[in-house]
Amino acid sequence: MKLENICAYILALITAPLLLGAINRTKAFFAGRRGPPVFQAYRDIAKLMRKSAVYSGTTTWVFKAGPVAGLAAALLALMFMPLGGVHSLLSFNGDFLLVAYLLGVMRFCTVTAALDTGSSFEGMGASREVQFAAIAEPALLLGMIVVIRMTGQMSLTAGLNAFSSCLTAESGPTAILLLMAWFLVFLVENARIPFDDPNTHLELTMIHEVMVLDHGGPDFAFILYGAAIKLWILGALMVNLFVPAMTANPLVETAAVLAGMFLLAIVVGIIESSMARLRLLRVPQLLIAACAFSILALILVLR
Amino acid sequence: MSVLLFCLLAMTAGGVCSCIPVRPGKGNPSAAIGAIGIIAGSFGALTTAIKVLVNGRPINIKLEWPSPLGAFSVGIDPLAGFFLCAIFGLAMLAALYGWGYNAPLGKEKNPGDRCAWLWLSLLTVSMALVVIARNAVLFLLAWELMSLSSFFLVAFENNQEKVRRAAWTYLVATHLGSAFLLVMFVLMGAAAGSFEYDSFSALHGHNSGFINLLFILAIIGFGTKAGFYPLHVWLPEAHPAAPSHVSALMSGVMIKTGIYALIRLVAILGPPPAWWGWILVAIGAVSGVLGVVFALAQHDLKRLLAYHSVENIGIIALGLGLGLLGWSYDNQFIMIAGFAGGLLHVVNHAVFKGLLFLSAGSVLHAVNCRNMEKMGGLLKNMPITGAAFFTGSAAISGLPPFNGFVSEFLIYTAAIACILQNRMGAVLPGIMVIGSLALIGGLAAACFAKAFGVVFLGEPRSPDMSKAHECGWAMRLPMIVLSVACLLIALLAPFIIPALCSAIGNIATGMVTRDGAVPGLLKTALTWISMGSLIFLILLVLLALLRRNLLQGHSAEKTVTWDCGFAGPSPRMQYTASSFAQPITNMFRRALDIRTHSSLPAGFFPKNASFSTHTDDTAHRYFFAPLFRYLDRAMACLRWIQEGRVQVYVLYITVILLILLLFAL
Repeated sequence: MKLENICAYILALITAPLLLGAINRTKAFFAGRRGPPVFQAYRDIAKLMRKSAVYSGTTTWVFKAGPVAGLAAALLALMFMPLGGVHSLLSFNGDFLLVAYLLGVMRFCTVTAALDTGSSFEGMGASREVQFAAIAEPALLLGMIVVIRMTGQMSLTAGLNAFSSCLTAESGPTAILLLMAWFLVFLVENARIPFDDPNTHLELTMIHEVMVLDHGGPDFAFILYGAAIKLWILGALMVNLFVPAMTANPLVETAAVLAGMFLLAIVVGIIESSMARLRLLRVPQLLIAACAFSILALILVLR
Repeated sequence: MSVLLFCLLAMTAGGVCSCIPVRPGKGNPSAAIGAIGIIAGSFGALTTAIKVLVNGRPINIKLEWPSPLGAFSVGIDPLAGFFLCAIFGLAMLAALYGWGYNAPLGKEKNPGDRCAWLWLSLLTVSMALVVIARNAVLFLLAWELMSLSSFFLVAFENNQEKVRRAAWTYLVATHLGSAFLLVMFVLMGAAAGSFEYDSFSALHGHNSGFINLLFILAIIGFGTKAGFYPLHVWLPEAHPAAPSHVSALMSGVMIKTGIYALIRLVAILGPPPAWWGWILVAIGAVSGVLGVVFALAQHDLKRLLAYHSVENIGIIALGLGLGLLGWSYDNQFIMIAGFAGGLLHVVNHAVFKGLLFLSAGSVLHAVNCRNMEKMGGLLKNMPITGAAFFTGSAAISGLPPFNGFVSEFLIYTAAIACILQNRMGAVLPGIMVIGSLALIGGLAAACFAKAFGVVFLGEPRSPDMSKAHECGWAMRLPMIVLSVACLLIALLAPFIIPALCSAIGNIATGMVTRDGAVPGLLKTALTWISMGSLIFLILLVLLALLRRNLLQGHSAEKTVTWDCGFAGPSPRMQYTASSFAQPITNMFRRALDIRTHSSLPAGFFPKNASFSTHTDDTAHRYFFAPLFRYLDRAMACLRWIQEGRVQVYVLYITVILLILLLFAL
């Protein structure tokens, strides 16, 4: 564990909410608005931290433990994500499984906390969330198998670094298929359009937002921050595919990943400005397409 | 070894004593005798099993039996020790739980009450005998005793028609399986010349067709007990019918004796061809995915858990299949990781499924209802049961920091190693395992979010729920012990690897050492996972402290759940278990065959409208039911043999004897 790894982790902790700001500014630009400040997410979190909480009489400790455990899982998962050539804080063979299952822990906590309120809206959101996640999971893990098969490395840091360094014209199609699969996973896991609309005002149509309707105060701050970190984790997974670890200079590497992350945020913003949310019945089909992309990529590397 | 045999005798004696009728009075002496017999016996036997596991040295005993078919030969090696630990550990807790569980039931006499403790102790003894038997005849006797004692336990409440039917289904299924085993062992005995396991090594030179036939017979015979799809049909019937501690014991360890016997047989038959591994992987993937999908469609809490046993047996089969593949391809890493994952999942499943069934039993005990759609909000009245169910749910969904993740991780590792091979015969099963495990993981989390959420969270869906009460200490203690075990196994996982490796050494003799390079690699990975779990727990505590700090000085307000401006929400408006699972069950509707019964609201001011769904087991409905109907018709034309007159039967016997005599001449 070197100093630069710790710095990279702290950098990710600090920068993660900024991505939300970048997405919102892009959307505002396309809508011709000025939009909220880039640092709005920080302000929201800081404001919520200072507030007191309101609890429904229906809820139990599960409701209060959900955000805490969810954020703990996200913070731990982030420790396994590299930043380009800068290695992750922790790394071992098969760590991507732990990361995927930690995201599962986060989801389980959110879902049980939502069911704890006894609200039919939140039950609805929870039901959709678990359905989509169950289909997205194979796409994510099979995608990682592509990386492992291509590079022979079984950890996130080593695998992603080796993948981006050995990209050639021949492996291009694989990389693109993998990117498509993971991008769909990224969108669904982070509740973005076309799977879910973070800005909707109707509980019936929401998925992630509706599950956290009843949270407030520090609990909600934890959820917002956890969501920002999840966005960072899954985003970094994709960006690391294409940022080759060529320079030994940690500053250059970090800058490259940061640039990639903001590019990703802008792409998400453009998609959100130019598309409508899919009908709920169509969502599983798109997710199965993500699985199919992963499997296609796998077939290409098995050749 | 003699300690273990003595403990088994003591348990049997305790069981027999518990049947002695006593004058009804205060207390329940027969339950006390039975329970204490099982607890003390299991505890004593557990020490022997652990000793063998720790030092890795097998013990064998052979006593001549005055019967023509062999000797009473028994033995414990680390592989047996591993299963014995699960059996005795869970039996001990189940007995303690059963002591508390049956206490209030004692008032209204149950028909199965009289001998229940005898059957429970016989079940424990026979499971142990199945594991330590080193002779096929002894094995079959123990196997039969196990089937019968569990049959009587399933039929505990046999004044209900449903329970009687479930018990018959179980009896027929288990004997169908035994029939295949009988054929298998007779073939083996005839080929080897003896029924001793040691002499079966003579089979090694036999032609592969014969060995393959034995394997197929074993898959069907043992698979019926273990609950491979589509042979699982008795599980969802028998588990809900049995008392909960019996379900815990049957689902947690009894079905694993099928897995154990399959492993033992493969170990006897020697290095497998690759397709044995493929078959097990395919069975595992099908059982795993369909098990969890069927579980999602259930409303009955215990039936849901029973289907999850099918799912977890599938996961175990995935691990064992990869182990066999690694063995046949001579790849140590795949073999050890696959077998280790499968074996560890056996123990893990015993722990969390035992826990889930015990807490489901506690719910059943409190509200006297198994239908999840009527439950809700039980966590407030039953905090310990609820916390136990939560732990079990997270563990069975494979979520860190609990034990389910560790065994699934080992199986994933074996699959990844498969994918790095150059043979398509290894790569494709590897992909299949990863894809299906990922899907199973997601669906299991969905199913347990549903089960825990609908039963314990929200508002009570029927008025009886608010009368629910926490169970007594005899029932609480086993749940607490098992919850702690879920966490401890995950945190101490690296230390289990040597014991696992000596168990695998019993499967593939001479290929595995306790501290080679491969166990070292696995140990490193598991150390990381334990560390990760520890960091997670530390982060959890730190964040909880931060939250408490932030909330200090503020008064937390109590109000109602956000009702969207509609000021009269009722508990009936909550999302139900069926509606929660509907999107997923709809995706798998082709496999599920869900039937709906509805009367839709009609006219102005509609009054009575109802909607219900019903999910039959497709294997039962489309395979076994037609098969048995056909058999019934076919057998009807032989009915004239059955005259009902004793004289005619005596004649039959005489004729058969004469024919046999003629053959002998």
